Amino acid sequence: MSEQPRLSLYIPQPWRRPGDPPDFSNLRPPAAGEADRPPIDVDASDIRDLAYGLIRVLDNTAAASGAWNPKLDPEQLRIGLRTMMTTRALDDRMYRAQRQGKITFYAKSAGEEAIAAGQALALRPGDMGFPTYRQQGLLIARGYPLRRMIDQVYSDRRDPMRGRQLPCLYSSRAHDFFTVSGNLGTQYSQAVGWAMASAYRGDDKIAAAWIGDGATAESDFHEALTFASVYRAPVILNIVNNQWAISSFQGFAGGERTTFAARAIGYGLPALRVDGNDLLAVYAATAWAAERARANLGATVIELFTYRAESHSTSDDPTRYRPVDEAKAWPLGDPIVRLKGHLVALGEWSEEQHKALAAELDGEVRMAQREAEAEGSFAQAEPAVKAEAMFTDVYAEIPWHLAEQAKAMEGEAS
Amino acid sequence: MTQMTMIQALNSAMDVMLGRDPDVLVFGEDVGYFGGVFRATEGLQKKHGVTRCFDTPIGESGIVGVAIGMGAYGLRPVVEIQFADYIYPAYDQLVSEAARLRYRSAGDFTAPITVRAPYGGGIFGGQTHSQSPEALFTHVAGLATVIPSTPYDAKGLLISAIESDDPVIFLEPKRVYNGPFDGHHERPVKSWAGHPAAEVPDGHYTIPLGQAAIVRAGAAVTVLAYGAMVHVALAAAEEAGVDAEIIDLRTLVPVDIAAVEASVKKTGRCVIVHEATRTSGFGAELSALVQERCFYHLEAPIQRVAGWDTPYPHAFEWDYFPGPARIAAALTRVLEA
Repeated sequence: MSEQPRLSLYIPQPWRRPGDPPDFSNLRPPAAGEADRPPIDVDASDIRDLAYGLIRVLDNTAAASGAWNPKLDPEQLRIGLRTMMTTRALDDRMYRAQRQGKITFYAKSAGEEAIAAGQALALRPGDMGFPTYRQQGLLIARGYPLRRMIDQVYSDRRDPMRGRQLPCLYSSRAHDFFTVSGNLGTQYSQAVGWAMASAYRGDDKIAAAWIGDGATAESDFHEALTFASVYRAPVILNIVNNQWAISSFQGFAGGERTTFAARAIGYGLPALRVDGNDLLAVYAATAWAAERARANLGATVIELFTYRAESHSTSDDPTRYRPVDEAKAWPLGDPIVRLKGHLVALGEWSEEQHKALAAELDGEVRMAQREAEAEGSFAQAEPAVKAEAMFTDVYAEIPWHLAEQAKAMEGEAS
Repeated sequence: MTQMTMIQALNSAMDVMLGRDPDVLVFGEDVGYFGGVFRATEGLQKKHGVTRCFDTPIGESGIVGVAIGMGAYGLRPVVEIQFADYIYPAYDQLVSEAARLRYRSAGDFTAPITVRAPYGGGIFGGQTHSQSPEALFTHVAGLATVIPSTPYDAKGLLISAIESDDPVIFLEPKRVYNGPFDGHHERPVKSWAGHPAAEVPDGHYTIPLGQAAIVRAGAAVTVLAYGAMVHVALAAAEEAGVDAEIIDLRTLVPVDIAAVEASVKKTGRCVIVHEATRTSGFGAELSALVQERCFYHLEAPIQRVAGWDTPYPHAFEWDYFPGPARIAAALTRVLEA
């Protein structure tokens, strides 16, 4: 008895904290082009290695190789690049607007732009996306006007959400973009339900959902995987592993012991683990999963391994919990730089074109911002307009108690 | 017209809606092949097919989340939570999602779902099969909460709930599934046979949400009740010889305030009855509404009759349950004041 060690409680710790130099030496990404690309009707149990590896197409010299190389034509690559650069231009302006006190909150997707941009290219119109607040690139890729996005962020008088939602929590059925929730993980089982409905109707549309590494600890994640597996729902279940949940590193979501993609194995679902900063790999994995879903073969889990290059939102300072230069040291690079390098290497893009596009997009964002700012805040609207915006849509029809309250609020405000 | 128990009436409502509307799906734990632990979905899978009425994993949050996604697609799912006591894992999906989709998307996405759940005690179910959680839902903006007390109302209200474009929490008083239990547990079990509200049309009909029913007209005191307590209150009034006007609210949110106000202004007295725990129960809201709107007509303090503020105790079922004696005592108090 005396030789038995006493129990001790283990609390995970990230390998580096502020003051430490960034260190990703424990990350040994496989070479680009190495991973096998199985047929879509493969048995999930035969591709378990893909849940632990990393599908990469673009290597460090910006060359594309391997079975997963989607061989997209240069025009599609330029569309993907434009989506990523628009996302970044919008994010930068809106972040600044928050620092200037013009808006209450903002969340950028810096470093993760290839995910929404690449996946949007692989999905079809009509496929419903159930995003988090870091997939604004889906809206941009699907042609949602920048002006409407900024209207929402500013809660101005043209805000499509009518002043009801925190900035970045967009919604547009016309662009197959499900209303973003501030509660994490809930969209996962909803996407499965949407996909089951599409299958029930004999439709050809599929659903795609996104969740962060941190929120995979929510029960909704596990229930969604169970339902997706049980009913073979035509859905793509994406896990964006950006390694940080506000200040908590992925170890607190169980990332120390296994990969997030490997969660799928226990549910009998195929899983792909992908370099999320490689738009070609992101596209190829998504296209594989989409083809599989459309062929009635069911759900696929995709872990998109990336790095949250900036803060969680305007409300936190990452230098308080991780090394200052960690983002710069991230070995899988910046998705925009990598795709740009690839296009340049193909002779399909140049530094000059890149600079010109960046300037053009910055101009577009500034113009849309100016227009939105001229619109005026919804919060300053006339009492009757505010009361109408506040009290409608709680129910399909306004019940008596809300009608009474709307009248009372209008009275207070006038 | 057919004589039906409440279970049969609920089954008929789902059968009618599955037949009329291909967008209606029915699912939940043990709901498909077996027909539900209370038999509410018996025969529906066989008649309408496995894709219309099916079993689910034991995951209430998943069941409701899936229903919300289906609703967003354009279907009208009807899900069963096996006991209302099991609904808590789905609370986030109901409160943060189902109730908020229409508002937060400015009408772009809605959740026209119906969540059925047997609730309430009197069946020796202990604390995990007996609770009355209605106030957790009446407190949530964006949800409608409906509770029938008879077979006729159960069918008409359930069809209205399924046809509603809002998410509806449909709580079924399981103690009156098979008969109008009046709280006299010591007496032989009553069946619905011969009860006027057990005469149920076979086809489609609706009872609008938001409308109460006066189940007993009277002049001395207004009793506000719902679910099984309607029958217990009726027994209490008869036994106490009190000329009570008993209102079955049927829909809790939006509550039929006009019916409540008219009755209390007429009688000048009000007793509120529910089986749920007393503190912050729906009775507190009713009491406040009556006080705000009928204060100058009140002849006596409003009385609340409720379950005690304890978990539902298994062996002490009838000490907990607000039976006819507890209600009769409140009627006497409010009349003597």
